[in-house]
Amino acid sequence: MRRVVTIAGLAFLFSIPLWLGNFYLLHVLIITGIFIIAAMSLNLLLGYTGQLSLGHAAFFGIGAYVSSLASLGFEVHLLPDWLVTLDPKPVWFAMACAIVITGLCGWAIGRIAFKVRGAYFVIVTISFAEVVRLVALNWDELTQGPMALNNIPPLSVAIPGLVDITFIGKVANYYLVLVFAILAYVIIARLVRSRAGRAMIALKENEALAASVGIDVTKYLVLATVVSAAIAGAAGALYAQYVRIVDPNVFLFIYTVTMVIMVVAGGKGTLAGPVVGGVIFGLLPEGLRSLAIAPEVQWIVYGVLMILVVYLLPQGIVPALRSLRQHRHPINSEPQPHADASARQVAP
Amino acid sequence: MDQLLQHCLNALVLGGTYALLGIGLTLIFGIMRVVNFTHGELYSFGAYMMYMFVMLLHLDFFLSLLLAMLLGIALGAAIEFLLLRKLRGADIDTTMLVMIGAWIAMQNLEQLLWSGVAKSIRTPFPSSPLVIGALSVSWNRLFVLAVALGLIMSTYALVNRTRLGRAMRATFQDPDTAALMGVDIGTIYMSTFALGSGLAAAAGALLGPIFVVTPTMGDLASLKAFAIVILGGLGNIVGATIGGFILAFIEELGAGYISSGYRDAMGFLLIIAILLVRPTGLFSRKERIG
Repeated sequence: MRRVVTIAGLAFLFSIPLWLGNFYLLHVLIITGIFIIAAMSLNLLLGYTGQLSLGHAAFFGIGAYVSSLASLGFEVHLLPDWLVTLDPKPVWFAMACAIVITGLCGWAIGRIAFKVRGAYFVIVTISFAEVVRLVALNWDELTQGPMALNNIPPLSVAIPGLVDITFIGKVANYYLVLVFAILAYVIIARLVRSRAGRAMIALKENEALAASVGIDVTKYLVLATVVSAAIAGAAGALYAQYVRIVDPNVFLFIYTVTMVIMVVAGGKGTLAGPVVGGVIFGLLPEGLRSLAIAPEVQWIVYGVLMILVVYLLPQGIVPALRSLRQHRHPINSEPQPHADASARQVAP
Repeated sequence: MDQLLQHCLNALVLGGTYALLGIGLTLIFGIMRVVNFTHGELYSFGAYMMYMFVMLLHLDFFLSLLLAMLLGIALGAAIEFLLLRKLRGADIDTTMLVMIGAWIAMQNLEQLLWSGVAKSIRTPFPSSPLVIGALSVSWNRLFVLAVALGLIMSTYALVNRTRLGRAMRATFQDPDTAALMGVDIGTIYMSTFALGSGLAAAAGALLGPIFVVTPTMGDLASLKAFAIVILGGLGNIVGATIGGFILAFIEELGAGYISSGYRDAMGFLLIIAILLVRPTGLFSRKERIG
């Protein structure tokens, strides 16, 4: 049954460009997809280890900048007489660089930030994102500052004799983002169902208890941050090669907020949560826009909805639906009411 | 040398208002455990009220300042009553998300009401600055420093010398025990949030006439207030005061001698550095209030 639903859902997603004639809507779907990937990566931290990172836009933005800079090439003076030059690299290689470098940033930030917890951790991550934004804004020679990086080349994949695709245009990019999103979903699903994933969930439930049974707290928190940062970096790189212009506004706090609300509304600590929340809060601004109201009003509605979601569905939509189904069919449902039931199975 | 002294003088003025912001937030954060993202909005609310009273209603400057602060207190009490009261005991992430939602809604409401165009506020102070040797400082800035210091000392006295303050300190140490001893926790939370909001509104009303008033002016104010709280230690009023001045000095000297583009980054680098070395803040022996 589950498998049938999955296949039908995937078939539906793959068929969308075939019947959706509206290119603008397709564009909205692509951007939403990119943010869903970022939200899924945030969910790994927020939902599975319980650490609220409010600097996630930093990883997204670093991914976008690294990928763009590597594919455009740059010349920069690190010291007045020390010139570093990089020739333009192929885009697939630039994107791989973005993933590796954001992963390394995640490692560094994880090592630093996990010395503190709770509100302090939140503020360290915000500070990190703000510092990175100010660097992107002020380091003109490298990033062009507010002038933005322009003419970022699109991804092209060429294996001689087999394929030669350049991902330009909406339909190709839709499929590219969809494939990346499925990959990210599978990676995160595998991770949280592994031994490491169970360790992360144990940390969220009770850190002191988890540490007392020998779980290396910092190791697993840093591992989660590295994977999470690398996936967010991939989303940023996808964004850069699709939109083809990157400016320091990608680091704005509001993008982090968007990711957080997608995760929380959908249900943190569930695999489907960020996807459901992402679709709703990705399409919501477009829905509000079609009502032809002022952008400020759209944001006010957004803020109010955010408060309502926390009040009415504190666990999120997916866990709420799950418990609703359990009330209807108490016999053939799984016993655990929240999180991933399968994540708790005993290792063989 | 003169330049250095001038920078220090500017930092002193800025530090007074930073300290106000920091004290407000450290009380809210310390007593209620709420990461208050609306703090910066209260700051810009104070500035806009000042604009409305002085420029649109043509009220007296000093009366406007008082009204702006009182309205800030009222708005703070309303936010606590409407949004936070039902969430008491909820975990810190939940209240934080509610405050982020409120922050987005409030900021855009401001943008809708006042438009994004920067507003300036006329002051009754003489336009020629006070000149001492090679230094010069405007009368308006001196006034800001004096009022800020007065408010800081009043807040300190309120927390340390009054019955309400004692109840606040008790709630900070242990809300359950305080409640058992007859402290009405609901009243304490509302007074704390109102007091912190009033201080933020006062900071905005004081700085509004010096700079210009824009809907997004609160964003950096919130983040800087967090920096000051961390610098001074949670719930520590003296720490927040010193922290406010330290941040102002670092920003002013950093902007003057290193790079003005990174002025706002100084505070954040400071947060990261401090949390690496002393995660409980520079001045805290242990978490305390007062």
